[in-house]
Amino acid sequence: MIAPMSTPLAFQAFLDEHREPVHAFLRAMVGPSDADDCFQETFIAALRAYRRMDGRHPRAWVMTIAKRKAIDHHRARARRPEPRAELPEPVERNGSAPDDSGEWIRAAIAALPDAQRAAIALRYAADLPYREIAAALGCSEQAARRRVSDAHRTLRTKIETEEATP
Amino acid sequence: MTRTAGDTIRTSLARPAGDAATAARRFAERASAEGLIDVAYATYESPVGTGTVAATKRGVVAIGLPNRPVEDVLDELAHGISPRVLELPGRLDDARRELDEYFAGARREFDLPLDWRLVGPGFGSRVLRATAKLPFGITSTYAQIAAAAGNPRAYRAAGSALGRNPIPLIVPCHRVLLSGGKIGHYGGGPELKEYLLRLEGAIGN
Repeated sequence: MIAPMSTPLAFQAFLDEHREPVHAFLRAMVGPSDADDCFQETFIAALRAYRRMDGRHPRAWVMTIAKRKAIDHHRARARRPEPRAELPEPVERNGSAPDDSGEWIRAAIAALPDAQRAAIALRYAADLPYREIAAALGCSEQAARRRVSDAHRTLRTKIETEEATP
Repeated sequence: MTRTAGDTIRTSLARPAGDAATAARRFAERASAEGLIDVAYATYESPVGTGTVAATKRGVVAIGLPNRPVEDVLDELAHGISPRVLELPGRLDDARRELDEYFAGARREFDLPLDWRLVGPGFGSRVLRATAKLPFGITSTYAQIAAAAGNPRAYRAAGSALGRNPIPLIVPCHRVLLSGGKIGHYGGGPELKEYLLRLEGAIGN
């Protein structure tokens, strides 16, 4: 006999808990204009598989799906003839002037290798701890830290160059 | 204060929170259209607060009275029916309209299909089905309901079945009183029971 699994939460509670970090992660991975489509794909796939979810790491579980959808999306885009994703419009924050630094950083993130881009998006956009980043990426915690730090180094160089330019 | 590279990355990735809420609503519509949702729920407004109403494809399956947290209702649905539960107000338009009319004093009976799946088999089920037949404004007693369910002496068991009624208001357990005419228990609180009985004109003002 199979051991009974604990029934997961109502899907609405799962959606409420994870929608912000998943959306933030996908914005960092595919840009704001495509994040919505990837978000739909992610949660539809999660809903279909929900009864089989391992309840111990729900956030890592849904992020694994989101990462797969983001990578599928990139591959689909790469096969198309037109140039890469249009970049996001500048964002206004708290009534202050639009900060145009967002655009080139997002471009720099988009240019990172898949593994590093996913790691840094999970760290900074979704705010996951390294243990959960490792679970979502299917690597060791050590490897997750290394990917984030490699990506961070590349981006920091870009940031310093940009900020030194008047 | 110095701004680190981490801060810059974090800020550049920040977006208004509304984005995820909009995406979640679009997801809910699509999940419903693809037939992936087993239980839809919504909130309803009553003169005594906000409650929860839930339905399957068969009909209304649960009502949470205003004193019951929505999370509690969702847990019961996830365990008792399916975890594929989503807030889809559009699928509860009829139920919400009838509840509004009832609380406005403009409806005496509900005309909604019911799903009895949260009601177990046996005596408890017979108690609730007998209760469902009680007309607007007419009260009964635990002993009478026990008798109608086939066991006049089982009034305690009748009381506990009514206490677990998953579809209050529509299955009007508030119309069942103690034999001496005292108001007795109510999941939504005795004040609400009294309020409903006054609304129906079953007890005096």
